[in-house]
Amino acid sequence: MSVLGYSTVRISGGILVAIAIIALVGPWMSPHDYASTDFDNLLLPPTLSGGHPFGSDSLGRDLFVRTMMGVRVTLLVAIVASIVSLVIGVAYGAVAGFVGGRTDAAMMRMVDTLYALPFIFFVILLLVAFERNFLLIFVAIGAVNWLDMARIVRGQTLSLREREFVEAARLTGVSTPRIIVRHIAPNLIGIVIVYLTLTIPQAILVESFLSYLGLGVQEPQTSLGALVNDGVNHMEGASWALLIPAGLLAVILMSFNFLGDGLRDFFDSRHTS
Amino acid sequence: MLRYTLLRILGAIPTLLLVIAIAFMMVHAAPGGPFDDDRALPPAIEENIKRYYHLDEPLPKQFLRYLSGLVRGDLGPSYVHVDYTVNELIADAFPRSLKIGALAMALALLAGLGAGTLAALRHDSWLDRVVMAISMTGISIPVFVFAPILVLLFAVKLNWLPAGWTSSSGVSRYLLPVVTLALPQIAYIARLTRASMIDVLQRDFIRTARAQGLGTMNVVWLHALKPAMLPVLSYMGPAIAAILTGSIVVEQIFGIGGLGHFFVNGALNRDYTVVLGIVVFYAALIVFLNLVVDILYGAIDPRVRYR
Repeated sequence: MSVLGYSTVRISGGILVAIAIIALVGPWMSPHDYASTDFDNLLLPPTLSGGHPFGSDSLGRDLFVRTMMGVRVTLLVAIVASIVSLVIGVAYGAVAGFVGGRTDAAMMRMVDTLYALPFIFFVILLLVAFERNFLLIFVAIGAVNWLDMARIVRGQTLSLREREFVEAARLTGVSTPRIIVRHIAPNLIGIVIVYLTLTIPQAILVESFLSYLGLGVQEPQTSLGALVNDGVNHMEGASWALLIPAGLLAVILMSFNFLGDGLRDFFDSRHTS
Repeated sequence: MLRYTLLRILGAIPTLLLVIAIAFMMVHAAPGGPFDDDRALPPAIEENIKRYYHLDEPLPKQFLRYLSGLVRGDLGPSYVHVDYTVNELIADAFPRSLKIGALAMALALLAGLGAGTLAALRHDSWLDRVVMAISMTGISIPVFVFAPILVLLFAVKLNWLPAGWTSSSGVSRYLLPVVTLALPQIAYIARLTRASMIDVLQRDFIRTARAQGLGTMNVVWLHALKPAMLPVLSYMGPAIAAILTGSIVVEQIFGIGGLGHFFVNGALNRDYTVVLGIVVFYAALIVFLNLVVDILYGAIDPRVRYR
């Protein structure tokens, strides 16, 4: 069965692709842009005919365009940050798993220690201490999220190391780096893809959390977390300003989680068959 | 076991030192200080303030001074809340954070274990699917989205519960903060419990207990719950960290003057000693709670040997 045979993969993947396309094309189709204010039309409710399908915010900016810009920023930060965590996690995990022994024990002990620390406090310190630039947000989030990946890659490498085909390669005189590249790495791809899709929602959570606290992207740029924060301030009179970005954020997070689950089922079934 | 505990406490010291050193460096590497105002202070006064707080000393000396204070349990003075020490601020704010955090953790454990067990007992039924769908939703929706939506619904629209932290509202003011803080953890614990309970219920000793005529409730309560709780117990460390993180948001939204609130404000006002003190305090708390979890693990799982 192909990946698309899994309904969770099909549906959640489809929703994500649709959201991404709308976020890319939508702002371009709209007559408004994300930054220009309009003080005659503050906090308009959503209407299809009025030109503001998601309403407008407290500065009269079109919320449809702003929400779509927010989706773009959120997705971009999440994907780049996840790749940062992927690189760190895979390198760390593969080395620990393949070298083994005391090195492995020490490296994993460190991961366990880091696991329990309130990382977000350090990220907040980092963002307050240095000017809030985009690059720092990527690195900070990536640096928080590599622990899971390292653990999983290490576990997989440990079991792959003992498999017959690796032994066979070793017996026929294949060098260690070549074994890692030719025999270990290809077998890691499945599990790495699954955990990448599960790391993305975590990165989205951290980014939107920081933006929510006002430590993420700066005005007039926006992200879904910043929009939720904005919506909270006006929720009594303009509940749409809260509910639309909050709902969209939840849908995106849920879709990534379901996609990851579906992909895991797919790779599991391929593994056993 | 005493030996193991002592070794673990010794092992925690380098971790804590590392955390303190990193946090100290970050705070002091930051451009701009707590006394940078819009209006510049006369140089002589600024110098006096710096001398008073020992900020004119070289960094390593400041670090050693901070450490020697820590050993005596002294986190130093606050730069912004003049006349207060960091110890006083933490002593004032922590009880509020602790109450909400502990209640949220208790709720998460009770509801999560209950829902997960129920789903496992009715594995593959509609009930199982409903519990799993709800818990997937719970994992996916961040605390800062849940909190305002619950406030909008229960405080603004229905007017059943107080939206903020007013002393007149008594016990009901705990409800929304505790529930929002617990929801993602309930979801996570329910998923963990379900998976391990399904596995445990298929083991031989459960079949034996059933064959002896024990009812389902007794099988779960007397035999299955303890082994099925082990993955949940290992999740306690990350769960504590997640609740601390969530408390930052919850305290902001509900206006609770707890530690998370002081941390964010301290970070924004560059109140270095407060920020540093809270990080050190939380790191020590987490290391200690992880130690307790490890020891509990051994108490529940007899296969664990302390070395």
